[in-house]
Amino acid sequence: MKETSLGSRIFDFANILFMIILCCSTLYPFLYLLSMSLSPSTVSFAQIRIIPEALTLENYQQVLGYDYVIRGFINSLIRTILGTILMVAFTVAAAFVLAKKQFPHRRFWTMFIVMTMFFSGGLIPSYLLVKDLHLMNTVWALVLPGLVNAFQLIIARNFMMSLPEELEEAAKMDGANEIKILIKVIIPLSMPIIATLALWNAVGHWNQWFDSLIYMTDRDNDVLQVVMRRIVLQGNMEAMNGMMPQDSSNINPETLKAATVMVTTLPIICVYPFVQKYFVKGMMIGSVKG
Amino acid sequence: MNVSEQEQSLLYRTWKKSFLYPYWKNKYLTILLLPTLLFFALFHYGPLYGLQIAFKEYNFFDGIWGSAWVGMQHFERLFEMQSFWEVFRNTIIISFYKFLFGFPAPIIFALLLNELRHAIFKRVVQTISYFPHFVSWVILAGIFTVFLSPSMGPINIVLKAIGLDPIYFLADTSWFRTVLVSTEVWKDLGWGTIIYLAALSGVNTELYEVAKVDGANRFQRVWHVTLPALVPVITIMMVLSIGKLINDDFDQVFNLYNPAVYSVGDVLSTYTYRQGLVEMQYSFATAVGLFKNLIALVMVLSANWVANRLNNYGLW
Repeated sequence: MKETSLGSRIFDFANILFMIILCCSTLYPFLYLLSMSLSPSTVSFAQIRIIPEALTLENYQQVLGYDYVIRGFINSLIRTILGTILMVAFTVAAAFVLAKKQFPHRRFWTMFIVMTMFFSGGLIPSYLLVKDLHLMNTVWALVLPGLVNAFQLIIARNFMMSLPEELEEAAKMDGANEIKILIKVIIPLSMPIIATLALWNAVGHWNQWFDSLIYMTDRDNDVLQVVMRRIVLQGNMEAMNGMMPQDSSNINPETLKAATVMVTTLPIICVYPFVQKYFVKGMMIGSVKG
Repeated sequence: MNVSEQEQSLLYRTWKKSFLYPYWKNKYLTILLLPTLLFFALFHYGPLYGLQIAFKEYNFFDGIWGSAWVGMQHFERLFEMQSFWEVFRNTIIISFYKFLFGFPAPIIFALLLNELRHAIFKRVVQTISYFPHFVSWVILAGIFTVFLSPSMGPINIVLKAIGLDPIYFLADTSWFRTVLVSTEVWKDLGWGTIIYLAALSGVNTELYEVAKVDGANRFQRVWHVTLPALVPVITIMMVLSIGKLINDDFDQVFNLYNPAVYSVGDVLSTYTYRQGLVEMQYSFATAVGLFKNLIALVMVLSANWVANRLNNYGLW
C-alpha cells in the first residue's frame, strides 16, 4: 500500500523525525556517562561531549584495580549463575508436572502457586524469615527467596501444554518413566522457553541489589550493584578510598564514578543484542496465551 | 484366602481409595513438583505467618510467636501520624501521574511504530527503545544523578548557557515528582509497546484494504481499524496497571530520593523500609506493609471486576 498524498508524506517525515529524537534521548544519558568515564579526571564538565576530546582508560584502571569492585563483580556473577541454573531447573520440572492432566489436584496446586501473585507477607516478615533461616550473609539469601516465579512458571506450563502428547506416549511405550520423558523428550522441545527463562533470570539477578543490601551485612558479600550504589549514589568516601589514586588533591572523583557505572552496565550492554529478542519472544508467549 | 491375606487386601483397597494413592501412582511427577511446592509454602506462605507481628510488639528475643499481642495499636498510631498521611498522599499522587502519562504513552508509541514502513529502521528504533528496561534503577539513578546535577549535568549547562538559574532536580521539592514520572515513562516506554505491537501484528490486513476502498484516509484507518484491534489488550493492561497503582516503584524512588525531598517523594514502600529496617520498628513497619498490600489486593480484584463487567475481558 503506497501512500502518496501530501499529508501522508508529511506525517511519515514527522514520524521518522520523532523516532530519531526519541532514540537519541534514550541513548544520550548512556553515551554521556560513557564519554565521561573515558575522559581524564582533570576535564571540566562543560567540556564533556559525546565524543571526548581526550581519551583515557585510567578511570577504568582505577576502578578495576579496586578489590571491592572486583569482589562485587564476582559476587554478582556467582548469584547470577547459581540463581539462573536453579531457577530454570525448578521451573521446568514444576511446569512439566502442572502441564499433565493426570496429576492429582492439578488445579488446586496451580491455584496454590498462582495465588502468590496477589499477596505477599511484605518486607519485614520476609526479612525475618531469611534471618530465622540463618541465610544472612550467604548467597542463598539472594537465590532462595526468589527461586521460582509464579508468572514464569505459568508461562512455561502453557508452553509445555502446547507440545504434542503423542511424543510422550511413544516414549512411554518404550518404557520410559516421567523423569526420563522430561529429560529426553520435553526439555529438548522446550529449548525456546528455557532460553527465555534463563535470560530473564540472568538479567534479573544481575540487576537485583536490594536483597544484597539488606541481607549482606558484611561488605565482602556486596553484589556489584550495591558496590556501585555505595560509591556513586552515596558518594561514600570510605567506599571510594581504595580506588582513588595516592595523589588525589586535584582529581575529580566524578569520572571515577562514571567508570564505575559503566563497569556495572557493560555486561548488560554486551549481552543485550542477543538477549533482547528472547525477551520479546517470551513476553509474547506469556501475554498471548497467558 | 486366609485372614491375613484378607486384611492385606482390605488395607490395599483403603490405600487405593486414599487421596495419597494418586500421588503414589504418579510418584515421579510428585517428586518433580514437590521442591517447588515447598518453596512456595516456605517463601510465599511462610511470611504470612510473620504478618502477625503487625498486631504484636515484636522483640528479637521472644521471636514472632512469643512476642506480646497489642491488638490494633500499631494501626491506630499509623493513622494518627502526620508523616504517614504525607507518605500515603505521595504514593497516590505519584502513582496517579505515572498512570496518567505512562499508560497511554506506549499505546501512542506503538501506533506510531506501526506506521513506520521501513522494516529495518523500525527494528532499530524498537531495539534502542527497549534498552533502558534492562538497566537497573541503581545504574539509572547513578546516571541521572550525574546527568541532572546542578553543576555539571548537561541540562543545567544548557540552562545556564541561556541565562537561567540551574535547577537541582533531585533535591528540589517542586521538581522531584516530575523527575520520577518522566524517568519512569522514559525507562519503560519502548518495553510497554511489545504487547500492543503483538496485538497489532494480528490485525487482518484485508481490513485495511477494505477501509481503503471505502475511501478512508490514513488517520481514519488507524482510528477505525488499528485502534479497535487494541481495545482488548488495552483493557487487560489497564486492569494490571490499576492493580499496580499503589505498588509504588521502590527501586526508583529509593535510589533517586534524599532527605531534602522526603516530603514529596517518600512513598509507602520506602517508608516501610526506613521504619522497619533502618529504625528497626519491625511491628510498625509490618503494619504499614500489610495496609499497603491489602489496598493493592482490593484494587486488583475490583479492577478485574470492572473489566469483566465492561466487556467480559478480565484477567480471570
